[in-house]
Amino acid sequence: MASVSLDTINPKVLKCEYAVRGEIVTLAQALQEELKSKPGSHSFDEILYCNIGNPQSLGQQPITFFREVLALCDHPSILDKSQTRSLFSADAIKRARQILDQIPGRATGAYSHSQGIKGLRDTIAAGIEARDGFPADPNDIFLTDGASPAVHLMMQLLIRSEKDGILCPIPQYPLYSASIALRGGTLVPYYLDEAAGWGLEVSELKKQWADAKSKGITPRALVVINPGNPTGQVLAENNQREIVDFCKKEGLVLLADEVYQENVYVPEKKFHSFKKVARSMGYGEKDISVVSFQSVSKGYYGECGKRGGYMEVTGFGPEIREQIYKLASVNLCSNISGQILSSLVMSPPKVGDESYESFSAEKDGILSSLARRAKTLEDAFNTLEGVTCNKAEGAMYLFPCISLPEKAIKAAEAVKTTPDNFYCRRLLNATGIVFVPGSGFRQAPGTWHCRCTILPQEDKIPAVVSRLTEFHRSFMEEFRE
Amino acid sequence: MAPRALDYESLNENVKKVQYAVRGELYLRASELQKEGKKIIFTNVGNPHALGQKPLTFPRQVVALCQAPFLLDDPNVGLLFPADAIAKAKHYLALTAGGLGAYSDSRGMPGVRKEVADFIERRDGYPSDPELIFLTDGASKGVMQILNTIIRGESDGVLVPVPQYPLYSAAISLFGGSLVPYYLEETENWGLDVNNLRQSVAQARYKGITVKAMVIINPGNPTGQCLSESNLREILRFCYQENLALLGDEVYQQNIYQDERPFISARKVMMGMGPPISKEVQLVSFHTVSKGYWGECGQRGGYFEMTNIPPKTVDEIYKVASVSLSPNVPAQIFMGLMVNPLKPGDISYEQFIRESKGVLESLRRRARMMTDGFNSCKNVICNFTEGAMYSFPQIQLPPKAIEAAKRAGKVPDVFYCLKLLEATGISTVPGSGFGQKDGVFHLRTTILPAEEEMPEIMDSFKKFNNEFMEQYDDRSGYSRM
Repeated sequence: MASVSLDTINPKVLKCEYAVRGEIVTLAQALQEELKSKPGSHSFDEILYCNIGNPQSLGQQPITFFREVLALCDHPSILDKSQTRSLFSADAIKRARQILDQIPGRATGAYSHSQGIKGLRDTIAAGIEARDGFPADPNDIFLTDGASPAVHLMMQLLIRSEKDGILCPIPQYPLYSASIALRGGTLVPYYLDEAAGWGLEVSELKKQWADAKSKGITPRALVVINPGNPTGQVLAENNQREIVDFCKKEGLVLLADEVYQENVYVPEKKFHSFKKVARSMGYGEKDISVVSFQSVSKGYYGECGKRGGYMEVTGFGPEIREQIYKLASVNLCSNISGQILSSLVMSPPKVGDESYESFSAEKDGILSSLARRAKTLEDAFNTLEGVTCNKAEGAMYLFPCISLPEKAIKAAEAVKTTPDNFYCRRLLNATGIVFVPGSGFRQAPGTWHCRCTILPQEDKIPAVVSRLTEFHRSFMEEFRE
Repeated sequence: MAPRALDYESLNENVKKVQYAVRGELYLRASELQKEGKKIIFTNVGNPHALGQKPLTFPRQVVALCQAPFLLDDPNVGLLFPADAIAKAKHYLALTAGGLGAYSDSRGMPGVRKEVADFIERRDGYPSDPELIFLTDGASKGVMQILNTIIRGESDGVLVPVPQYPLYSAAISLFGGSLVPYYLEETENWGLDVNNLRQSVAQARYKGITVKAMVIINPGNPTGQCLSESNLREILRFCYQENLALLGDEVYQQNIYQDERPFISARKVMMGMGPPISKEVQLVSFHTVSKGYWGECGQRGGYFEMTNIPPKTVDEIYKVASVSLSPNVPAQIFMGLMVNPLKPGDISYEQFIRESKGVLESLRRRARMMTDGFNSCKNVICNFTEGAMYSFPQIQLPPKAIEAAKRAGKVPDVFYCLKLLEATGISTVPGSGFGQKDGVFHLRTTILPAEEEMPEIMDSFKKFNNEFMEQYDDRSGYSRM
């Protein structure tokens, strides 16, 4: 019997699931091939990928200033050429020089310090301080290939066995469930309240925490995704204070996924980092452990392919920092270009900088467009029969609730799939639109949802809306009692 | 107060067990000394650009253009970039799914994977399937992924050469498996004796361990030896007989400094042996952009190629890769450029060849200089660096030195290396970080310091070593008899 086969591989690998790139996407890719090889074989002529927060794959443009700086750092020998000044803005040249001066030997091709280049961490710490009004220590920052590896690292540290529990919001971004499964831990769900705008009730946290303990699980950490994914809610500050108090009291590590911090679309809400909230309550390093995750993949920059991000780890002793450093060092370091981008994101052009005007225009253009698309799609979902959709206050997704008729639920059972997956498959085959079934994120039992990104370009949104509306109408007709 | 989740006692034990000396005690001490103003020569990690090796010009031009594609529309772009770089940038941008800022396929861009497959076919003479090639953020991530797939628990063993590159021991610890050592023969030029393998496997099985895979590092790290074709055939036969998956770390395949044993891939040998071995042995081969003559460590670009792995297992590996979304896109382009290099007639070809040859020929000279330099030192014997980037001299520490080390609470080679560091600023990695036979001590240094500085470095080492040996010589001072 072969050594590496399904019967003999790590069972935790088998347990791990990640719907964002799961079955529906595989089907979509197959359809895409068919569209190429047999044009006209379907009633639609393109696949509209609304499954993944990957803005630039759908036409969002990168921020010019950031790309100028990165290009110059990739090829520094042109910095001294006169022609460079005609191709690049002066402040991009200046920033690239500044960054290169912080890199030993100006060598962007060398492994850096395992936490990331010190000068870049200084910049990021300054950016965090400017954002929050509380100091940040560059030694608390670990630059990683995207936020995801940082999450994996913390799970590795925290999970000893299946007796270790991590509290996760339901619905959640399935990186958390997958990572917990890979490490053999237990996901302890706490349910967000759909009727209250996906609100997070501390009473629910306490209930689930106590429930887990009664089953012999040791809760170790609480994951909060703010702004939420897939749910899009932005937490109110007093809510955040309750959560901080809860973690402090129960000795839980607060894992704050804050990658959507720049994606807030409603004037009545603001992003507040959990570290800021904790510090403003007077809680310091000895009171609470907070890990904050940030990424270059989201916001207005949407640089998913660069794999840049960091975690800021506060409230733990030097022995733990040693262990985190040790784990980071096995992979040597994260990619340098991603590190540079993280520093740019946390310290973008300021008023007075040559590129500020054009940078601002690009940023505002993207953010206002995202807000418009969020609203258009939210309204569209709410016109559909049996569908309610909470507002996307932030992030990049809508998570409508679909009341599927009994007949549809039975039809799904007959083909051995979940009702929401059944709906999404039908939607894909009829319209070419790719949603992710709510089961991929988990949901309150007996409810069905799908996750749809707000990322197709504005000129494609009418097509999404009309195709979706037509499909839904005929689906509900077909499965009417 | 109850133990908190991030208190040292409550951490995952597997994390605590991990050791990674390459960035361990010596490196941390060297960094401290550097902060105090001492000149340090970092020879602890294979990081060529950090020691002055310049990046190859052409790939940097291409990636810079890909970072800032608006340059391609500028009429002045030809003043700074040659036409073939512009053409290549367009070629790679067309292969992306929305430029450098979009997540690619979780396995890497299909177009680049095809280029990798073509490279493998040209190199070996046997076709390779792009669907079985996964690009990763550095080869290390790929190694971690594969080991995590194979290891179920502590009764799963992986054969690892001693001395080894400690990524393997670290990963095995982290995933809770068992490292099964097989000793390379220093007196036989670090040769691999199949009898040693058999013995190691038998001992492991006697302890109740299921040996599942075997790692070979060819060319070796830290030992530098290049495996002969007959050696590789023996290894493959052994893996076939003992039902072991073979993990071929071939990241140094471009770094060959002798002509008797050119690089030959494990896959080529395996295919050449025909069935049943060519059809049954499960092989995973690893490569990177970090080594060779490219030395682009900071990009974090690598791949693994699977042969004879069942499709369902490949699916599981793909699934886990998708949780991290995608490898970084700029590094994928570096990989494409590496496996699909310039051809005679291309505008930049001459420069590319000149730069590449320059690096390789200098490495060959430095390999010789270092080996000879070490062999001229008292109580030091050093095998020739046939390949890779390291020298691994054996330091015959006198008993008095070993006692002094014990008194200082240090492992003997750590003691020696710390003294070397304090005296000369040369930062090495003690042999204990790689594993060695009991009572035999080594250190690992790279051959990467600039050629002009080599004579001075070797003189500095010789002076320190000979003084050290004088100091701890049995015949000096009082006799212990």
